[in-house]
Amino acid sequence: MSTQDPNKPCLTRRRVMMGVPLAGAAVLGVGFWKMLSGMQQGSFNPHDINAPVLNRPVPDFTLPDQTPGQGFATQDLKALTKPILVNFFASWCIPCLAEMPTLMALKDDLELWGIAYKDRPENAAKFLQHSGNPFTRLGSDRDGRVGIEWGISGVPETFLIGPGGIIRWHSATPLEVETIRQTLIPLLAKLKTP
Amino acid sequence: MLSPELGHYALALACILAAAQGILPLIGAHRRDRRVMMLAPGLALGQCFALAVSFACLIYAAVTDDFSVQNVAANSAVSKPLLYKITGVWGNHEGSVLLWALILGICGAAVAAFGRNLPTALRARVIAVLGGVAAGFELFCLTTSDPFARVWPAPMDGQGMNPLLQDPGLAFHPPILYTGYVGFAVPFAFAIAALIEGRVDAAWGRWVRPWAVAAWCFLTCGIALGSWWSYYVLGWGGYWFWDPVENASLIPWLTGTALIHSAIVVEKREGLKIWTVLLAIATFSFSLSGTFLVRSGILNSVHAFANDPARGIFILGLLAVVIGGSLALFAYRAPSLTAGGLFAPISREGALVLNNILLCSICAVVVTGTMYPPFMSLLFDRTISVGKPFFDATTIPLALPLFVFMGFGPMLPWKRAQLWPVLQRLWLAAILTAIAFGVAAYGVSGLLPVLSCGVAVWIIIASVTDITERVKLFRMPLAGSWQRARMLPRSIFGTAIAHAGVGITVLGLAAMSQAQHKIVEVPVGTTEHLAGYDWTLQKVEQAPGPNYTAMVATIEVRHNGALVTVMHPSKRSFNSQNQTTTEVSIHTNLLSDLYGVLGDKHGTDAAPTYVLRLHYNPLAPWMWLGALVMAIGGVLSLSDRRMRVGAPRRAKPISEIGGAA
Amino acid sequence: MSHSTGQTPRTRLRRIVTALVLGLSVFLAPALVLAVDDPSEMLPDTKQEARAEAIGSQLRCLVCQNESIEDSSAGLARDLRRVVREHVAKGETDHQIMDWMVARYGNFIRLSPPLSVGTILLWSMPVLALLLGLGLAFFSYRRRAATPVAPPPLSEEEKARLAKLTKE
Repeated sequence: MSTQDPNKPCLTRRRVMMGVPLAGAAVLGVGFWKMLSGMQQGSFNPHDINAPVLNRPVPDFTLPDQTPGQGFATQDLKALTKPILVNFFASWCIPCLAEMPTLMALKDDLELWGIAYKDRPENAAKFLQHSGNPFTRLGSDRDGRVGIEWGISGVPETFLIGPGGIIRWHSATPLEVETIRQTLIPLLAKLKTP
Repeated sequence: MLSPELGHYALALACILAAAQGILPLIGAHRRDRRVMMLAPGLALGQCFALAVSFACLIYAAVTDDFSVQNVAANSAVSKPLLYKITGVWGNHEGSVLLWALILGICGAAVAAFGRNLPTALRARVIAVLGGVAAGFELFCLTTSDPFARVWPAPMDGQGMNPLLQDPGLAFHPPILYTGYVGFAVPFAFAIAALIEGRVDAAWGRWVRPWAVAAWCFLTCGIALGSWWSYYVLGWGGYWFWDPVENASLIPWLTGTALIHSAIVVEKREGLKIWTVLLAIATFSFSLSGTFLVRSGILNSVHAFANDPARGIFILGLLAVVIGGSLALFAYRAPSLTAGGLFAPISREGALVLNNILLCSICAVVVTGTMYPPFMSLLFDRTISVGKPFFDATTIPLALPLFVFMGFGPMLPWKRAQLWPVLQRLWLAAILTAIAFGVAAYGVSGLLPVLSCGVAVWIIIASVTDITERVKLFRMPLAGSWQRARMLPRSIFGTAIAHAGVGITVLGLAAMSQAQHKIVEVPVGTTEHLAGYDWTLQKVEQAPGPNYTAMVATIEVRHNGALVTVMHPSKRSFNSQNQTTTEVSIHTNLLSDLYGVLGDKHGTDAAPTYVLRLHYNPLAPWMWLGALVMAIGGVLSLSDRRMRVGAPRRAKPISEIGGAA
Repeated sequence: MSHSTGQTPRTRLRRIVTALVLGLSVFLAPALVLAVDDPSEMLPDTKQEARAEAIGSQLRCLVCQNESIEDSSAGLARDLRRVVREHVAKGETDHQIMDWMVARYGNFIRLSPPLSVGTILLWSMPVLALLLGLGLAFFSYRRRAATPVAPPPLSEEEKARLAKLTKE
């Protein structure tokens, strides 16, 4: 308080030092506010798993057929000349069921290959009979090992595979029209004009 | 009579009283108007009473199965046992916020009731700060998490509580933990009042310390209870996970521990004044932000709370006002507080400074580790994980020196000390520590457990030595030592016991690293060998319970042929909720726990096999026993005469001051 | 929940535990079976099993909160445990196994993040905090030692207050 203090510079320095906790708390507070508003808008998810490594070649795997489609392997993806989507799904997964109409709508514009993750082949076949089958090719990952090779943590997960079999993009949430419009289409445009 | 509407009204009334309590006494203190200042205790008591009525209404609604109250409908059911109808009130978000507010109200009332010989202005300001904070939380409760909201049409039965929550340990965990968190509001209020007055002195240190110690005792017990609960409920002997929610309780404990030590320096030497004020603010701020950020969904994946952004924004606003406001006041007023006296690095106060540096460094590490992943993802869009291996690697190197210094810190004299005479007096502790190192190195694998065993023995023996030295045990007739012991302030015993408690906990943690376990799938009649014990699965039976059926195993445990215990781990299937829980069976002899879990049934019905999980956990109970001992030490020093200066001067039983917080 | 992670009971249980440490309620899917792990998962060689456990406790169960795959009974954690054990049985080093995991799941799977530009603050925090504390204590000691100011004498009011207090 005493402004007549002879050690004025000392007092100023103390003032600065005493302000440090406030500044630190303010930084944290702004961060939290950004996080909260990001969570509201969906642009920030603190629990995002975001695990698979992107921009790498597809892993080594071979998948047996899953009725009604034909299985596929690494070479098939590496031989691609146009981008496709690879979708992991399962009959026991309710969000997958919810995602199916979006995939059905998408299949005419973009080729989709499906992998039934930790699912009985007959259950997966029945599931596709009910919901419609958007997939050109279908593999069965009975024990989930191929899923681990791809780095997935659950279903549904979708990967965008660029020409030459490079993983370009990944979504760990059910695809929505909004995501396709805002993220996937621009990305596809970029892949086509390198 | 105790209708939800009355509860709602009482809550609103409490909010208004709290607002008045937050404003009027401050004005009174500013104008030095005694009559206005004297409103503070009345308002605090009134607010506390209104909250008690409100809480009673919620309990009444739960007990009488009033499912028209949304909160009750969502969390209770007719078939729920009475005890859990009551404790279930604080087992959900709305009820727990109300409990928070109630405890805060009780704190204010306690200051009003037991702070009668505080200077009027200081008491008015302390109560005002508590009232202001309480008003904020009651407003939060009213606007975003109303526990009394009705549903129409009222359901016939509630959705019921998770069977796992029907556990006595869990029922009383939240109130104890909250009392710890909220209790630190009182030192916080004292700090704000001191900043407003611009004066921190020895008397302030003496007044603030009992409140801090009391809150610390509750927080210690609360954390230990939570850890113990996860140990016996999780079914694989885990007790601490470095989870954000656990860290949220550990962080205020660390700064709170620093606070109760630095307040001693304020009291005895008028040093560390500004630092202590900051610690008091920080401890309560961490309590607040920890609990409430978890609810906003940033720190934890519990989806139920991530979905209400209005709540998150309100919480953040409240935190900004309480924490930002107090830190701004600190930045404005603290520079003008008179600096403390000079003291030598090697002295009791020097040791306490070191204690504060180490505790706050550990705290900084825990805060950084907890906040790093969300901030990494916010700033760099990169997801990383920070878990147990990180925290173990970073906190233990800071904790070990703390434990070493703990041994001789309390024996250093004030002002100026010499290290050598103190260390000489600890010769016995040194020898026993060396022996402990030797024994541990022989019987225990791993460098860290060996080191931990050594420092644990060091802390315990040094704490005992501190007392025996002070009473000159064996250096004078026993009667004389007894006389000296009786004359010794109780806080000296409190310190020694609390420190020994830390040693006990560390010993338990070190020994737990040597735990052994075995997972087997066996038919009935098989004997398994683990840690020198023979575990025989005698039979597995079906047994009906009140609202479940259980599969109960009988396991005989023998040691060298002698029967040690018969365990009955079981698996319960709840009929209504289609859930199963596992009931762990623990046999303890205080030196080790034998821990048996019954798993799935495999094989055919004719020849079934059962999965068993058997654990041998050496010294496991010591981890929580140590925490209890720490709290006992705290309570003992609360009963010290010197701590009771804040109590009425008239001859009245004044021992309640300790239990007041 | 928009993403089925195939969570099993213990994951959910852990959530409850963490939530309850603060006395919060959780809206959870039913079926809280506490599965005891299948003993057939374990490697017969106890040394190898111990190694596998040590590696597994460094790996995050991706779908859980800060839990290692050794502590979790989530389906994915169980699969990853099996992968770790296969690699251990094949005689791979800890380093190779960790690299294998990071190649697929990124650094997110490591419970102890690797030292990098982004995590330098995290890893240096213990030393930083300690140095800051010691530095602060040292400088304030030196400054006060340099300017020995006697504390201002107590005012009459303060003296009276102190006398009253110390009489107790």
